[in-house]
Amino acid sequence: MTPGRLLALGAVVGLLTAVPSLARAGTLNLKGSDTMVVLAQRWAVEYAKLRPATRIQITGGGSGVGFAALQNGTTDLALASRPIRLVEIEGCIRAFGRRPREHRVALDGLAIYVNEANPVEALSLDQLEGIFSGRLNNWAAVGGVDAPIVRFGRESSSGSYEFFKRRVLGGRDFAVRTQSVSGTAAILQVVAREPHGIGYGGVAYGAGTRHLRIRPSADEPAIEPTEETILDRRYPIWRYLYIYANPAVETGEAGDFLRWVTGPQGQEVVREVGYCPLPPEGSNP
Amino acid sequence: MSDADSVTTPPSPPPAKPPWHDLARGRVARPGEWLVEKGIFAVSLTAIVMILLIFVFVGREALPILLGQADSAAARVQRILPPEDVDRMTPSELRAALGLSRRKFAARSLEEQKAALKEIYAVRAEADRNGAEAIPDKDSEVNTVGWRYLILPHQWTGYSRPEFIWQPVSQIQKFNVVPLLVGSLKVTLVAVLFALPLALGAALYVSQFASRRLRAWIKPAIEMLAGVPSVVLGFFALFVLAAALESVFAFQSRLNAFVAGIALGVAIIPVIFALAEEALSAVPRGYVEGALAVGASRWQAAWGVALPAAWPGVFAAVVLGFGRALGETMIVLMASGNAAILSWSLFDSSRTVTATIAAELGEVVFGGHHYRVLFLLGTLVLAVSFVANLVADGVMNRLRRRLASSS
Amino acid sequence: MSRVGPTLTALATGLILAMLALILGHVTVHGWSVVTWGFLSGGAEEGLFTVGRSGIFPMLFGTAARVILMTLLVIPAGVITAVYLNEYAPASGRLTRWVRGAVNHLAGVPSIVFGLFGLGFFIGFVGAGLDDWLRPGAVQPYWAGEGLLWASATLAVMTLPVVVVATEEALRAVPAGLREASLALGATRLQTIIRIVLPHSLSGILTGSILAIGRAAGEVVPLLFTGAALYVSRLPGSLNDKFMDLAYHVWVLCTQSPDIDQTKPLLYGTVLVLLGLTLSLNLVAVVIRARISRNPQATP
Repeated sequence: MTPGRLLALGAVVGLLTAVPSLARAGTLNLKGSDTMVVLAQRWAVEYAKLRPATRIQITGGGSGVGFAALQNGTTDLALASRPIRLVEIEGCIRAFGRRPREHRVALDGLAIYVNEANPVEALSLDQLEGIFSGRLNNWAAVGGVDAPIVRFGRESSSGSYEFFKRRVLGGRDFAVRTQSVSGTAAILQVVAREPHGIGYGGVAYGAGTRHLRIRPSADEPAIEPTEETILDRRYPIWRYLYIYANPAVETGEAGDFLRWVTGPQGQEVVREVGYCPLPPEGSNP
Repeated sequence: MSDADSVTTPPSPPPAKPPWHDLARGRVARPGEWLVEKGIFAVSLTAIVMILLIFVFVGREALPILLGQADSAAARVQRILPPEDVDRMTPSELRAALGLSRRKFAARSLEEQKAALKEIYAVRAEADRNGAEAIPDKDSEVNTVGWRYLILPHQWTGYSRPEFIWQPVSQIQKFNVVPLLVGSLKVTLVAVLFALPLALGAALYVSQFASRRLRAWIKPAIEMLAGVPSVVLGFFALFVLAAALESVFAFQSRLNAFVAGIALGVAIIPVIFALAEEALSAVPRGYVEGALAVGASRWQAAWGVALPAAWPGVFAAVVLGFGRALGETMIVLMASGNAAILSWSLFDSSRTVTATIAAELGEVVFGGHHYRVLFLLGTLVLAVSFVANLVADGVMNRLRRRLASSS
Repeated sequence: MSRVGPTLTALATGLILAMLALILGHVTVHGWSVVTWGFLSGGAEEGLFTVGRSGIFPMLFGTAARVILMTLLVIPAGVITAVYLNEYAPASGRLTRWVRGAVNHLAGVPSIVFGLFGLGFFIGFVGAGLDDWLRPGAVQPYWAGEGLLWASATLAVMTLPVVVVATEEALRAVPAGLREASLALGATRLQTIIRIVLPHSLSGILTGSILAIGRAAGEVVPLLFTGAALYVSRLPGSLNDKFMDLAYHVWVLCTQSPDIDQTKPLLYGTVLVLLGLTLSLNLVAVVIRARISRNPQATP
């Protein structure tokens, strides 16, 4: 390589490294819940039409990933399908000295998926707890055929995993034999293939797979997960979807984005993607 | 995917050629050139520096656990102090209570750090009042990152007997690595057992029986298999292989160690083939021709003479294949089912060490216990593959020398 | 056994080749109709998972960007290392052995370890150091975050052995007579290397680069922690931007699609493009290498 070419190469490399210090005016990192990435991606596309200069970067991995990234300072907004935990709040305070701010952005029901061939139509919360904690191991115990129950769950980083563990299992550990699958979509797929399988995941994903109706307790009627039953809280396995942020970061671009998300346009996207928009202010129970 | 080519031709000592100093009839280097030559020397150390950095930076994060200095119980049993006590704290006490590294502690002023600690105590007090997360548990005083709990079974609250449990996201984090090790071993064993006969057969065929023209086609073709990205093999295992094998064996879990092992086997076939073929081809023609001359069939010559002569090479190939399989991530992450069960059954889904790191590294807080345990697992994978490489390399070099001197 | 043995070995060979053919065939059959111009040039404006509308252009761009950046880093380092090993290093010196050993071991380090290394070293150490130095007191990290540069740097370390080995092979094939002639004409050693030896081994260096690119293009694991994103609203424009990536997108489509069976066409199309890309790179390398080994003197 002649000195001239070497110089040219050096110039190119120098230019490449100089550019970023000028760019990066409005970059917004969103990281977290796999349940929310499809929603976030639609938000990003719509928001980009309004603010073409803003660069939005989305990564999935699970709610835990989002909270960890918030503490590590590697994301602006954490997408979460469960409320933040105590240790995570403490971690945030350690990292940036303040509590993270919580924003509810949508409502979601967690559906229980089974194979098309499974005769079971409904389960009570108690039976569900039995199945996923390992107490019940055969479908016959809940009115199905005599076959072992094959459980599918999410990776431990997933908000659905945490939420399900807390809401259905009362905080106890999952049965050891629960196979963890990465992504709700993957759960639907394995359940569709496995005649004796059972799994859980966001209602919005459910197109084409059979889900169960759920009884809040043994003697109550079984409830179908729909927008109506989730909005009026009759379906027992529902949750908020959240975005958490470091208050110091929330002032600029991130604040604008958050206001837009909870506003009418953002909530319209929520409905399009298949989640329930937030009820109007004041109607919260 | 694996880079079989960089292994098939490990940087062996170059063939004898006149050394430069015999040729140094040219002009002496000019001052500028002298500098450039020093630069070349410096850059050539990149590989050494990088290997050292890899060991240092992967091992460094695992060090507190390796040395038994990490304590996961300390944070759980910490008392809540009133604000006045926080104000009276010395900086070092404050840093210890916050559990921050020196660098992070220095990033903000003392006052801000005190305010942060008060805020943490306020959050805890609120939680205590609501009774939200305070499930009394005999395990809360256990240091779950101690060696004992990483390796030996323990009867956790809510379990009926001592068990090996990997549940890193839990009220009490459980980091027993035994299920992961067993998972990795199972998958790797299936992979090696599947790949070895095929790769060895192909190596024998290519080196002993195939015509030169056929050989010129087959070798690159098998090399191409090494060019298939592992995410594609994982995809193939997930969508095609799993369904196909399930219809044959009727597994209880569709994704399991067996499925992942077969897919992983496909990935390491080129590695084993390349080394075994090199060793077999290095056997001097005289050995085989001698056997043929005394009336052996071509098969007898290949199986009875060439293979034993190349045996160390085959051993090296297996060791290297084992190392590769153990370190592969994408395929096992996608096809093994990822349940951390301690079971020796090949048809149970299993979670391997590498898949665990890949799936969980995103969700850990830098510097936390979970983070350090994952780096500990990474150090383990690094060490094992390093040793496998070392062994394979040493065996191959000795074999090359022996065969070269006897021809 | 005399008959059966060779047949069995031929069968094993056939089986291995059949696996390659099966994977290629299956992906081609299912993916062929998906890969249209619209698929290759489209983006994710209509959603990442809309069959018939979602395209992979941003992923192709991201993969190209990280691979090119990696090449800029790894080719100089790899070629210079090879030049030192083959032209300067004393053949039996201890340091030479160490460099060779390190190159060899680097080739054997699992990709997951490179992921940890990229996170621990490039992001956690180099990036954080840069931030402390250039932007003290900033709320959000700038260099100490995932991005194109760190992903490329990690991949460069990973593919260094590929370039070194291929280059060295080519340097070794340069006839000693050429060096002697050059020196006899009064050139210095460095002049000889730059003017005579390197031009003669260009095709070998090219092979190495192509193999390195082929290897890196299909790699996902190191990207998981160093820079790949599920979605970015604009193409990467600076070194610390995250990027969408072809191989990473295969992983996304396998695990994060809202309805896997329905989005399968997208998956097959993406896999076909990725497989076509990596295998054709490998094929080109094989062809070049075959030409070198057939006729080592004929290279320019």
